[in-house]
Amino acid sequence: MASENEIMTDISDDDYSDAFDPDEDMEAEFDDASSISDSGFSPIEPDSHSTGKDPKGKGKAVDSMLTLDNHPGASEKLKEEQKVAVAYVEEMLQLKSEQAAVLLRYFAWKKEKLVETYMDSPESTLAAAGIHENGAQPRLKRVRGFVCEVCYDEMAQETLALSCDHRFCKSCYAQYVTSKVVDEGESRRIQCMGSKCNVIVDEKTVELLVEEEVLERYRSLLNRTYVDDSTSLRWCPAPNCDYALKCHILPRQLDSIIPTVQCSCLHTFCFGCGDADHRPCCCPIVRRWLKKCADDSETSNWISANTKECTKCHSTIEKNGGCNHMTCKSCKWEFCWVCMGPWSEHGTAWYNCSRYEEKGGDAVNQDAQSKSRASLERYLHYYNRFANHEQSIKLEHELATRMEKKMEEMQEHSSLSWIEVQFLAKAVETLTKCRTVLKWTYAMAFYLAKNNHTAIFEDNQADLEQAVEGLSELLEKPLDEEKIAELRQQTTDKTVYVSKRCQILLDDTLRGYEEDRWHWAEAIKM
Amino acid sequence: MGSRISAKRLTKELTELKTNGPPTGCTLIQADDLECWVVSLQVLGESVYEGEEFALRFKFSSSYPIDSPEVTFVNCPERGWKAPVHPHIYTNGHICASVLGSGWSPVLNVASLLLTFQSMLASCKKKELPPDNDRYVRTAPSNPKQTRFVYHDDDV
Repeated sequence: MASENEIMTDISDDDYSDAFDPDEDMEAEFDDASSISDSGFSPIEPDSHSTGKDPKGKGKAVDSMLTLDNHPGASEKLKEEQKVAVAYVEEMLQLKSEQAAVLLRYFAWKKEKLVETYMDSPESTLAAAGIHENGAQPRLKRVRGFVCEVCYDEMAQETLALSCDHRFCKSCYAQYVTSKVVDEGESRRIQCMGSKCNVIVDEKTVELLVEEEVLERYRSLLNRTYVDDSTSLRWCPAPNCDYALKCHILPRQLDSIIPTVQCSCLHTFCFGCGDADHRPCCCPIVRRWLKKCADDSETSNWISANTKECTKCHSTIEKNGGCNHMTCKSCKWEFCWVCMGPWSEHGTAWYNCSRYEEKGGDAVNQDAQSKSRASLERYLHYYNRFANHEQSIKLEHELATRMEKKMEEMQEHSSLSWIEVQFLAKAVETLTKCRTVLKWTYAMAFYLAKNNHTAIFEDNQADLEQAVEGLSELLEKPLDEEKIAELRQQTTDKTVYVSKRCQILLDDTLRGYEEDRWHWAEAIKM
Repeated sequence: MGSRISAKRLTKELTELKTNGPPTGCTLIQADDLECWVVSLQVLGESVYEGEEFALRFKFSSSYPIDSPEVTFVNCPERGWKAPVHPHIYTNGHICASVLGSGWSPVLNVASLLLTFQSMLASCKKKELPPDNDRYVRTAPSNPKQTRFVYHDDDV
């Protein structure tokens, strides 16, 4: 992974480095992250054109990318952060460092809240967190005539009591802590074995009790809670990725900011909800949409069935590629998979496949039944397009494999080198990314109120839709050995164009959030 | 190591129960091994369960007493045992009580659990099934320890 130092160096080479205020290095890092991708996509929501009216809202930056387990350096960094916080509380409240650590974990590392609550009422705060104020650090001790309440054993062996003075023998305590750590994955909430006693077994005490292996597991779990408890840290959700990302975003900001971040493992996801990149839809809309789709699953199952009938000869057709330009095998009729209209009407000013036209303006006279039918129809319109892109994205994995073959073929049949045929791989990558964006534009459009801004949004959407289909069609074409150079030129041009259309749509939509331009048909709550 | 503690402790608990007897109103029915015991239980004094006899089955894992035992009311028509009708006890015998889950402490034992359940029944004012009884019983795992109960028993 890129260390922070590398990130910083990158920025100085970057074109827009001079645009930054030196004080805002957080933003600098964040914008650097957006420059990781060279396809015209910024994995981070572009904030560079922010008007800066709300300086607090600028915390969309990826401060740093941290890792645990695999990456000792970054794991140290997390530990270092914890140490600093512990030292701060220790000094401020004149506590022992172990007590400060237990308190901080109890308060999920919210220092300010901790200090404030503690100042109000030190005793009850300590008691709630499971700390006895004047308790000495527990030591192992032999006590004459002691009978352990857990094993009922009276053999003279080492015993241990926490500050609450509930004394048990060492082997029982060790077994208890080991079982908590190994079987339950517990770390910061391990309490005294006494009934209804909430005193916490702290790290130093755990050190006295368990074997090295368990201790290591305990420490790693404890370290994980630092990320789990923090609102500004999040584990990368990619499988087998151990990185944690930092981003300062408040839940209430999520209806206007889409904190998209890219991990060093290259997985791009939304920091707000942890889902894969869902720009330009904001989290609350995404959640609503997915819930709606799940609720209406019967209908969507029906609609997402993979076959349709040819509008001319009624042969059953299965869509097995990403392109919407269908040619019926039996009657050679060309039509659009999405609207089922004749293809000849597409690719011209006629192309309005992505836009839902409200039928019949005479809404007043419509009875309830036709209203609900219209609302279902409206939902299906958007769902159909959403699901269609999702399906195409899946199929594009196959496309990628086919393109690899095509690229090999090209190298055999022409003078093009490996690097020169990479335009195909690039095209597939761009296609997938743009389809993801397009997919979410339909979820967004479903909730947008009809107005001029929405019309512009839908124009952008239609432009991107058309560009994407154009590129997709180009890639589906069989390879003509004579025309490889031409194909390369066309594909490269189209790829750049598609990327550009996508960026335009994203930029405008995200700016729209900032300018409060989007109005939802229903009230959206976080 | 786990089984060593559990065997030793259960042996001592059993000796104690046999010599000094279980809490009043309880009788040790079956304790042939250190894995599964059955104890009958009656509620003392005035209560909605007066005159009724119930039976509790205790199952111990090798990590007892670090880990809580599995405790259920027995349904055995031959002996006339049925799970009591109580808002925290399901008709399949499963008990929703924090003391068997998050409230368990290794210093508790069979005798203290018997007392807990006696007082849980004694304090019940009205015989009522848990509101979600039918749904729970239909889908419940055989071991109640696999159920994540949301405890409502702040009083026990």
